[in-house]
Amino acid sequence: MGNVLTDEKIPNNVNLSGDKRLQRALEAWQPAFIDWWKQMGPLGWQERDIYLRTAVSVETDGWAHFDHVKMPDYRWGIFLEPKQEGRTHGFGDLYGQPVWDEVPGEFRNLMKRLIVTQGDTEPASVEQQRDLGATAPSLYDLRNLFQVNVEEGRHLWAMVYLLHTYFGRDGREEAEELLARRSGDADKPRILGAFNEPTSHWLSFFMFTMFTDRDGKYQLSALAESGFDPLARTCRFMLTEEAHHMFVGESGIQRVVKRSCELMKQDPNGDPRTLGGIDLPTVQKYANLWYSLSLDLFGGEVSSNAADAFAAGIKGRYKEDRYDEHKLVGSHFAMDVLEAGKVVHKDIPMRNALNEVLRTEYIKDCQRGVDRWNKTIKDEGVDFEIKLPSPKFHRQIGMWSTVQFTPDGQMIDAETFAKRRGEWLPTAEDETFIKSLMHPVYERGKFASWIAPPGKGINGLPGDFEYVRL
Amino acid sequence: MDPTQFETHPSKYKHWKLAVNGEIATLTMAVDADHPHRPGYELKLNSYDLSVDIELADAIQRLRFEHPEVRCVVFGADLDKVFCSGANIYMLGLSTHSFKVNFCKFTNETRIYLEDASGSSGLASLCACKGTTAGGGYELALACDETVLVDDGNSAVSFPETPLLAVLPGTGGLTRLVDKRKVRRDRADVFCTTAEGIKGKRAKDWGLVEDVVSRSKWDDAIAARAKALAAKQTVTRGPAVQLPELSPKITEKAFTYRYVELAIDRAARTAALTVKGPDGAPSDLTSADTWSLRAFRELDDALLRLRFDLPEIGIVTVRTTGDRAHVIAHDEALAKATTGFAREVRLLQRRVLKRYDNTARSFYAVADTADSCFAGSLLELALGADRFYMLIDGDEKVAVQTSVANQGFFTTSTGLSRLDARFYGAPADAAKILARGAEGPVPSEEAEQLGIATVAADDIDFEDELRIAVEERASLSPDALTGMEASLRFVGPETLETKIFGRLSAWQNWIFTRANSTGEHGALTLYGQPERPQFQWKRT
Repeated sequence: MGNVLTDEKIPNNVNLSGDKRLQRALEAWQPAFIDWWKQMGPLGWQERDIYLRTAVSVETDGWAHFDHVKMPDYRWGIFLEPKQEGRTHGFGDLYGQPVWDEVPGEFRNLMKRLIVTQGDTEPASVEQQRDLGATAPSLYDLRNLFQVNVEEGRHLWAMVYLLHTYFGRDGREEAEELLARRSGDADKPRILGAFNEPTSHWLSFFMFTMFTDRDGKYQLSALAESGFDPLARTCRFMLTEEAHHMFVGESGIQRVVKRSCELMKQDPNGDPRTLGGIDLPTVQKYANLWYSLSLDLFGGEVSSNAADAFAAGIKGRYKEDRYDEHKLVGSHFAMDVLEAGKVVHKDIPMRNALNEVLRTEYIKDCQRGVDRWNKTIKDEGVDFEIKLPSPKFHRQIGMWSTVQFTPDGQMIDAETFAKRRGEWLPTAEDETFIKSLMHPVYERGKFASWIAPPGKGINGLPGDFEYVRL
Repeated sequence: MDPTQFETHPSKYKHWKLAVNGEIATLTMAVDADHPHRPGYELKLNSYDLSVDIELADAIQRLRFEHPEVRCVVFGADLDKVFCSGANIYMLGLSTHSFKVNFCKFTNETRIYLEDASGSSGLASLCACKGTTAGGGYELALACDETVLVDDGNSAVSFPETPLLAVLPGTGGLTRLVDKRKVRRDRADVFCTTAEGIKGKRAKDWGLVEDVVSRSKWDDAIAARAKALAAKQTVTRGPAVQLPELSPKITEKAFTYRYVELAIDRAARTAALTVKGPDGAPSDLTSADTWSLRAFRELDDALLRLRFDLPEIGIVTVRTTGDRAHVIAHDEALAKATTGFAREVRLLQRRVLKRYDNTARSFYAVADTADSCFAGSLLELALGADRFYMLIDGDEKVAVQTSVANQGFFTTSTGLSRLDARFYGAPADAAKILARGAEGPVPSEEAEQLGIATVAADDIDFEDELRIAVEERASLSPDALTGMEASLRFVGPETLETKIFGRLSAWQNWIFTRANSTGEHGALTLYGQPERPQFQWKRT
């Protein structure tokens, strides 16, 4: 083996240099990862110096180390939040008992499935976004894209660490499979449907990081409560990085709507499109699309898998310690369900409703972001409000997927939906229009016509810093 | 509750789409979640219940009779990522023990018929699993000649029953895995305890599937394999004969068909089954109305209704009426005919007789009238019964007679004929009966001496003898009788079928009654519920 992995090459706090088994597994996997990155990572930018943040330790000064680096040389590391001695199960049937440091055989497959499903989304999103570098609206945004990409790569490393360390031969095979599947590939698609569509332009990229990465935040938060301590610690550290992705999305759309408002005021007819901007109703359509696709990622509204994972102490609720009761036997959650084609409000056993409980927290968080967009619009003096559609609107998974709703939650028949779809969701014409705006702007400090500059740059630097060396 | 309908037609299917294209037929599983057999659960993700399997059984039967041009049937699904997720768990959780047992038995019979269609009728089968293939879904695949699994990095074949539900893959899965597919038993052990199953190359390496194929090569690979399977078939088929509806009259008191009647005495917990012989010599051997086909289809339908809708009827007397010569003439005409249809009729008779063997009711065959006609194919009903009572009448009108039908074609699950099973270990005695039967009718007294009749009695004793035997039988524990009959009926060697209906089903039915599956804290009870199962840890 010529591929020696040192703590210098792979920053970590898992004692890689002292862990022969992990070293051996990673020595085989790491070159495959680099090959995958070169083949499927950002297209055309592998040899450029990018101003990227690298985590080199979990200390306050270590997790955000900035420097120019070529992406294939990026130091993908393995970090877990430091262990809390004496931690106990925070929920489920084993509430109060010591957490596991090793995978219990009984739940091995269930856990492996969860980790693989989560892990699969990380490289998938890199693949979905690989063409975006060709049309970046600025060097600032280009750098943010690559930051998101390398961190998705690091999240893949985090999941692979768990698979290699705790799941033996099966885990090594699953880790290989994570590099073998390809987003959108007819033969080896990514596991979740939403991760098989390319992110075709920057508006979708911002919506993806706003809504879909936020799903990641909630899934990771639920796993961060896990009674399997290494999983919990891994996810907690990943959450610090996920925050940046959502910042990219939320602030990206905020800048889009700010620009729209500015152009509305400039254009005599108030139409930002004529001046190379994106009109707010079109922004609303893309929000409708990505929000509804992201809601699907939480799984079925009533789910025995969710109940099992909670009972077994594997997947908890968002911020479990805010709750008083952690076993959830005999308690219920009041929610809308579909019964005989009608919406009824009903008590569902809490454990079976946990996907919906997590989705409800997610919706609140999305609303907070949308509120900030609306404040920007209001501050610009424009009368328009972006609204999150009903959670029942345009669903592909779960009980609402068999019926149709308007964005304000009225049930309608499939024919009416098909007729009015173009009012609510991007049409082919909208896609063509958005793509027509996507011209790269690689000049320092300049921004594309459809997006406002950011309020401030990265790491306290100015907006016209050379974030990417051409 | 409404009577169960076992008759259907492709034009009425809710859960399958049958398409015939030359020598290849496709059966696409497209389960309609909103039309379960009984209300109370949804048939999501191509999960199945009795209503789905009734259509499957109908489709296989019709392919044999109505589409002799078909040489290979390909099973597929209309879902993108799921082939079939097996028997519906919520349905099992809601069902009575007796329903579960009969459901499993019926589905087992359907899968054995699929294998029989391949083995005897030149109708091969290919399971095209383009997605998750779990539990009963994989058991359907195991019943096919070949199985191909999509290689998409995700889809697996699996038996999650034991790890998830604390029951068994009871539709022949365990048996076929090792006995038919010859999967190494330690690997089978790993497979059956890995809920998520096995996918890709390993599924092929372990012999769980014939091949794994990528999505982009899927359609071509399936078409080529189906064509190759079809090309191997050499059995003469046809001509095509449409199977008409039987349209029985179903009342509280009786199921009445053209040739079959089941009269029900609920107070006594008994029923009287009567099968009429043919009205005359065979005339048209290319008609679905020919007695041999019509009467046995009716008997099949009556047996299924008896199993599902009359659980408290524990003992059934079996009588025949008609002309023995006509029965024998029909048997001989079929045996001599060289058409595929004629052979198909005999194969159907064989399957119906096996269904009779596998019905958990006490059967007493009774010959007590001058027009009793236990001859040839109908004699099998007496030989398959638990006991055979014959009246010794003065003029020896009451008699039995053998035909070509008793010479070995109608094998039981063990592979033996009913005569060979009756005289297990003494083949000469069976031969003696065939020789004697060829000479003409064997009257009651002689039939008893030869070992055909269990009891032969004259008119002074007969009525009492029979009445007491029936009343006594009706008083015994139905559970013990089921176990006893199933043990005695299948004398002889073990086969795949006897293992499935005996070993596998018996263990499954035992597990179904245990707390660890169906108790308050059992895994089947709690499936989909918020609590996790709690097991009682004592092993037997």
